[in-house]
Amino acid sequence: MQVAAWQPRVRGMSSSARREELEGYLCISPWLLGLLIFTIGPILASLYLSFTEYEVVKPPVFTGLANYVMLARDDLFWQSLKVTSIYTFVSVPLRITLSFAIALLMNQQVKFLGLFRTAYYMPNLVPAVASAILWVWIFQPQFGLLNGFLRGMGIENPPPWLGSTKWALPSLILMSLWGVGGPMLIYLAGLQGIPTEMYEAAEIDGAGRVSRFRHVTLPQMSPVVFFNLIMSIIGSFQVFAAGYIMTGGGPRYATYFYVLYLYNNAFSFFRMGYASALAWILAIIILFFTVLVFRSSAAWVYYSGELKGRA
Amino acid sequence: MSVSRPAAYRPAPSLWARKSVQRTVGRLVLYPVLVGGAVILLLPLAWLLSSSLKPLGLIFVVPPQWIPSPIRWQNYVEVWQAIPMALFARNTITITFFAVLGTVASASIVAFGFARLRFRMRDVLFLVLLSTMMIPGQVTLIPQYILFRTLRWLNSFLPLIVPSYFGGGAFNVFLLRQFYMTLPLELDDAARIDGCSTFQIYRRIILPQSKPALGVVAIFGFMGHWNEFFAPLIYLNSTEKYTLALGLNFFRSVEYSAWHLLMAASLMTALPCIVVYFLAQRYFIQGIVFTGIKG
Repeated sequence: MQVAAWQPRVRGMSSSARREELEGYLCISPWLLGLLIFTIGPILASLYLSFTEYEVVKPPVFTGLANYVMLARDDLFWQSLKVTSIYTFVSVPLRITLSFAIALLMNQQVKFLGLFRTAYYMPNLVPAVASAILWVWIFQPQFGLLNGFLRGMGIENPPPWLGSTKWALPSLILMSLWGVGGPMLIYLAGLQGIPTEMYEAAEIDGAGRVSRFRHVTLPQMSPVVFFNLIMSIIGSFQVFAAGYIMTGGGPRYATYFYVLYLYNNAFSFFRMGYASALAWILAIIILFFTVLVFRSSAAWVYYSGELKGRA
Repeated sequence: MSVSRPAAYRPAPSLWARKSVQRTVGRLVLYPVLVGGAVILLLPLAWLLSSSLKPLGLIFVVPPQWIPSPIRWQNYVEVWQAIPMALFARNTITITFFAVLGTVASASIVAFGFARLRFRMRDVLFLVLLSTMMIPGQVTLIPQYILFRTLRWLNSFLPLIVPSYFGGGAFNVFLLRQFYMTLPLELDDAARIDGCSTFQIYRRIILPQSKPALGVVAIFGFMGHWNEFFAPLIYLNSTEKYTLALGLNFFRSVEYSAWHLLMAASLMTALPCIVVYFLAQRYFIQGIVFTGIKG
């Protein structure tokens, strides 16, 4: 029977195998349905919508590549892309290296590790809206904590932060560093997973601190760095709440993040077709960076058998 | 380590070359750096707490006062009167509860199928599941919105709850499936010989052994739904349906200068997550360990 041919483990009756097959599909059916209703269906629909003009109240009108042509000439599209790219390429490397450095420090058999870990992770527990409101208050030019501190240091004219086109985006980048505990926790877990025998072996071979770091820690940690890098880039391109709540994209579009522009198109101007085109461009950008990081990873990610075995 | 070696043959190491000295000096640098970093990260939270306990007049005092005098606990009462916090909290609890329930229930059964049963295309479908994790939500956002609009589900909790019952998120399925794989298959075979049905194996064997993993999924689900901002923003548009996150944002737009109350409301919104973290720290860290190592 055909059924018997694919079955790897021999069971008494093929009817039990058929039953298992049915039960298997039954178990995964919620996900399969969800895949069709909430993922595949919407992906196809949004691809189609991106070639239409669709304002919700009337049915979509097919316009071919018009949306994409319009995008190429849309200053706000380029502005939002620029803002989001600057945000990503400044904040992601900062966050990745800083969190790695902190994790390395914490991995030095520190006393009160749990306490330190909690302290560094704490900001990640604050909901995005709450932290956005808190940081607006911290950045407040006259009464905020930051400028209070800067004035205390003797700086007489501290920047107006969110209020200025020059400082608004750097402010949000600074704020993003507050979340450094997230990737740090993942790094720390990775560091603690490196078998101590490897360090001992390296030490016996006469490796010093630096060389142990270069030849044991870095190669062992590269998959984790890789994971954090992809996740941070993806997350960073999708940043929304900070711009929406804290600046509304301003002043003068200085913090007009890509997803904020997408949101406004879809839910403020009801240009759903245009917003779908924006979504697809974003997906392609994210895909591009993911593939790039994956490709380059061959050169710098080291998967030992042990790490894979644990997967 | 070198006790057995004849010490006399070795030249006395210089002070710096001694391991213990290096270590002590290292420690003297390490702790101040770690403590300094922690203080910088916790300062905004201390500022949040401090501002939330000030009378409005004290909020605008330069230079800022860290310990307000008088301390105004009253702020925490006034917030509940200034905005319908109780209603927002109830809405958030309802959504979070039902969404987490759906996530845990459906992710665990789907993961069971992938981990313990054999069926055609299983591995291909699992790859599909993994690849869906890479799809940015914006791509499916608009058709999903249109779907819920067609169903007349806008301004209800349904768009925020119902999708959780369809698989519970690819990542959670992945996490649980990996966990189930670590349980010995002999358990299933023994149970089958004893006459257990597949569902009974799931209920009586797999589920009881998977509490830590289910806990991780539930905690991450709780945090995710409690803090969610984008989806409620899109799907809920009348104030009486607002979640805490939306309510907070609404409060900010109407009472933008009542910083003391805003801070109190923000702190209260953040509090449940902080409490859950402290209660379930072990699970939480385990979950992160898992996500990180897996890559």
